[in-house]
Amino acid sequence: MILRLDNVHTYYGKSHILHGVTLEVGPGEVVGLLGRNGVGKSTTLKSVMGLVRPAEGGVTFEGKSITGTPPHRVARLGVAWVPEDRRVFRLLTVLENLRTGLDRAGVDEARKRRLLDRAFTYFPRLGERKHQLGGTLSGGEQQMLAIARAMMLEPKIILLDEPTEGLMPRMVTEIRQIIDALHREGVAILLVEQNVPLTLDASNRVYIMEKGVIRHQAPAADLRQNMSVVHEYLGV
Amino acid sequence: MEQIIIQTVNGLVNGMILALVASGLTLIFGIMDVVNFAHGDLVMLGAFVGATTVATTGSFWIALVVAVLTIAIFGALLQVTTLRPLLGRDPLTTILATFGMSLVLQKYAIWQWGPTARAIREPISGQFTLFYLQYPWYRLGAALFAGLIIGALYLFLRRATFGVWIRASMQDRLMAQAMGIPVPLVHAVVFAIGAGMAASSGVLFGPLAGVTHNMGFDFTLRAFIVVVVGGMGNLGGSILAAIFISLLEAYASLIVTPAQAVIVSFVVLILTLLFRPTGLFVPTPK
Repeated sequence: MILRLDNVHTYYGKSHILHGVTLEVGPGEVVGLLGRNGVGKSTTLKSVMGLVRPAEGGVTFEGKSITGTPPHRVARLGVAWVPEDRRVFRLLTVLENLRTGLDRAGVDEARKRRLLDRAFTYFPRLGERKHQLGGTLSGGEQQMLAIARAMMLEPKIILLDEPTEGLMPRMVTEIRQIIDALHREGVAILLVEQNVPLTLDASNRVYIMEKGVIRHQAPAADLRQNMSVVHEYLGV
Repeated sequence: MEQIIIQTVNGLVNGMILALVASGLTLIFGIMDVVNFAHGDLVMLGAFVGATTVATTGSFWIALVVAVLTIAIFGALLQVTTLRPLLGRDPLTTILATFGMSLVLQKYAIWQWGPTARAIREPISGQFTLFYLQYPWYRLGAALFAGLIIGALYLFLRRATFGVWIRASMQDRLMAQAMGIPVPLVHAVVFAIGAGMAASSGVLFGPLAGVTHNMGFDFTLRAFIVVVVGGMGNLGGSILAAIFISLLEAYASLIVTPAQAVIVSFVVLILTLLFRPTGLFVPTPK
């Protein structure tokens, strides 16, 4: 397993958000995490990233504990985070946004070129808007930039938080294609989504979360055959 | 008319030196949300280190480099030991902490260098005739040099990798960390840059007014006004505001005494806070 959460409890101040989350993601695997609003899906991703520190339980990445490791170290280990509100650096140009992940020790100019070229092949629109400020992009373009920025880290796993939220159907299709492309490249993805059909379609396995714990897990293929569990927990 | 031109030159010279102090202050506020009330005292320390180095080496330029490096390292240490543990707390705690630092630094300066004023001899002697005045070349040189330092900072922030890191951390600390930017290091370096710039203005200003242990407060106050008027955390705004306020004070001192002219700055500060709290030179207040 590349990523493993073991009985993770996380608090925001006094409110107990995660009540012992246990889940794992294999190398190159796409894992969906479904659940209603406010059940702790985003907090699960933040706990992996080290942006909130679990009070109990542990997170391991490639067999090593990363519980309590500062976020910038977690990122350098190969974990990238695409937050639900995108958090594009609004006053940085598209290129500068990408540079935040690209300018790392040990990445030479040729490799930087290759990474940028790859991003601009996936997202031609970002290439056209290279020198435009992040804040001037449309919602869909910002989502693309957030994903492209994460790819600059050459991550082994991407934590993708509601990438299709509020996007036009055409954009949703594009995001879907990117998930497949990353999957083909062997990048593992932990996908948090509200869009059930997309999640079942794109993932290998799916976890269903309720009130801060994992209630159910199954291969996505099984859930596609039998939606009753999904209906039961999500009411859709 | 002649007087107006002379005061314009004076205002620009003072404005550039003030901009040097204020840009460090605004950078530190922008990235850490810390109003550094000890900023003027870093100017003072820089001036003393400069004066001591001039006295021993005889070279103004060596003194400038030594003061900037010493105070930059000192600033980084100050940030790591005093401000880093307070990050994210109530602004009041950092205000009290930096105010405390200010008092400690002033007492240290008295203890170390005594209460009498020191002088730094100007590296460029000579004067030129500006109407009825013999105007020292050094004043123009100091303003030009201050402008060069600010220009270098601007280029650094625009182009350098570390500059991108600084701007990214300013906008979204959490996201910057998640992109692998070592934000704690960025904070220490920004404090070092701000402190170094403060020290450079102390050394540049030294030959104009002398160096005393209590010169810092005036700098803190004026830089603070500039930073508010220019828009907190807005570098370009701070530079414009420094020049704007210094010019206003210079013109006002044609009519009233220079001491009374300072009042103009406070009037501008209050009007800004009342009518444009995001800053005077921000194009569209959000």
